[in-house]
Amino acid sequence: MSQEIPVAVAAPQVAPAAGVVPLPRARPAVAAPAVAEEQLAYARLLDRGMKVGLLALTASFLVYVSGALQPRVPVADLPRYWSLPVKEYLAATGIHPGWGWLALLGHGDFLNFLGIAFLSGVTIACYLAIIPILFRKKDAIYGWIAVAEVLVLALAASGVLNAGAH
Amino acid sequence: MRCSAVTSGGAGIALAAALVAGVAWAADAAPAAAARGALPWWAWPAILFAVTLALGVVAVLGGVGGGVLFVPIIGGFFPFHIDFVRGAGLLVALAGALAAGPGLLRKGMADLRLAIPVALIASACAIVGAMLGLALPTRVVQTALGLTILGIVGLMLVARKSEYPVVPAADYLSTALRISGIYHEPTTGRNVDWKIHRTPLGLATFVLIGVMAGMFGLGAGWANVPVLNLLMGAPLKVSVATSKFLLSITDTSAAWIYVNNGAVLPMLVVPSIIGIMVGSIVGVRILARTKPAVIRTMVIGLLLFASLRALLKGLAIWN
Repeated sequence: MSQEIPVAVAAPQVAPAAGVVPLPRARPAVAAPAVAEEQLAYARLLDRGMKVGLLALTASFLVYVSGALQPRVPVADLPRYWSLPVKEYLAATGIHPGWGWLALLGHGDFLNFLGIAFLSGVTIACYLAIIPILFRKKDAIYGWIAVAEVLVLALAASGVLNAGAH
Repeated sequence: MRCSAVTSGGAGIALAAALVAGVAWAADAAPAAAARGALPWWAWPAILFAVTLALGVVAVLGGVGGGVLFVPIIGGFFPFHIDFVRGAGLLVALAGALAAGPGLLRKGMADLRLAIPVALIASACAIVGAMLGLALPTRVVQTALGLTILGIVGLMLVARKSEYPVVPAADYLSTALRISGIYHEPTTGRNVDWKIHRTPLGLATFVLIGVMAGMFGLGAGWANVPVLNLLMGAPLKVSVATSKFLLSITDTSAAWIYVNNGAVLPMLVVPSIIGIMVGSIVGVRILARTKPAVIRTMVIGLLLFASLRALLKGLAIWN
């Protein structure tokens, strides 16, 4: 299984003898093979989403640390809270978990959650983009797997799964 | 030229050594400083940025993911609670995977067809892992984290890699799912056909990998690559690239659980993401001029130290 086979050697010049495990075929081709349509569509959206998300995250963090928007938890108080378990932190700061951060976007610290949520949502958008392509190509199994993946990610994002933090 | 190479290589090793020194300092000074409130609020994010930048460099040079270094080191030696460190670790690994994903997919190195079924299992199980990690007592999580990192160190020491594993025949499941491909190997200018085997066992393994990724926020490249490469028989480059891309899906589901349960602090997350990313860029630039074996040994030593720290914290021996 772990046998090392250099590509140059792997180009079969002669048929393998009986009982010899065939080597992976390496062909002297100049052009790289074409990448599947759905893979390119996924890559295109992922690229844009990642750039927008990282930009949003960096910009919102600059707003946060500059003090342009009042944070919900004063930055000077953070060292008192960041060593607490999450349940105690939430109780001490009066912050509600789940999508409650949407109502707090006017605060510098919670503004960062826009970028975080965007980055965490990019993959869902990518899957949604490839589902029609997969079904159009009559790749029903992968189409349904992609639908299931969207449902799994949507469930995680929904906020209905409460971990009951310790 | 040679002088420059030596200097850059030395810089890489010096950076790794500085990281070790920084961690040792943090281990010694962090609890006392935090207790006294001796440092201003901005000092910790600034230190975090510097350390994660070094981690980003070392991760590239040592051939490991940033997440696997981030959680044990930041969790073990900084004053942040492990809940927030795991949340940040997931987002660090997620950001890195999102950044690398488009290029890997476009080049055909990461394979969407291989990733999609694996991702469904791993991401669903990562939700379970994240919920378990947030529900279990801190000491249990710390102890399990220490043991897991020890296991990763063991894996790094013994696991072989296979550039082109021999796959005599594709199994029925991978054949039904049409998981196979051709990738272009730029070093030889050739296209390489590949297929996989042992697909049911490989997919089952991702149940455990997903749970662990969600529970510890480590990223999971350390487990993805051996399973894809050695167990399922995907070529090494396809395994590494698909593993990296896979993290963008697995960590997305777990990250949402941490976000929705309040375990994400922007003051930890953003400096860490930026630090690791800048460090990775620097690491790639000096990668060709360093001695990977030396860095890898240092990474293993660092992980060993961090795992013992987590273990002893969990067992209430070294708080």
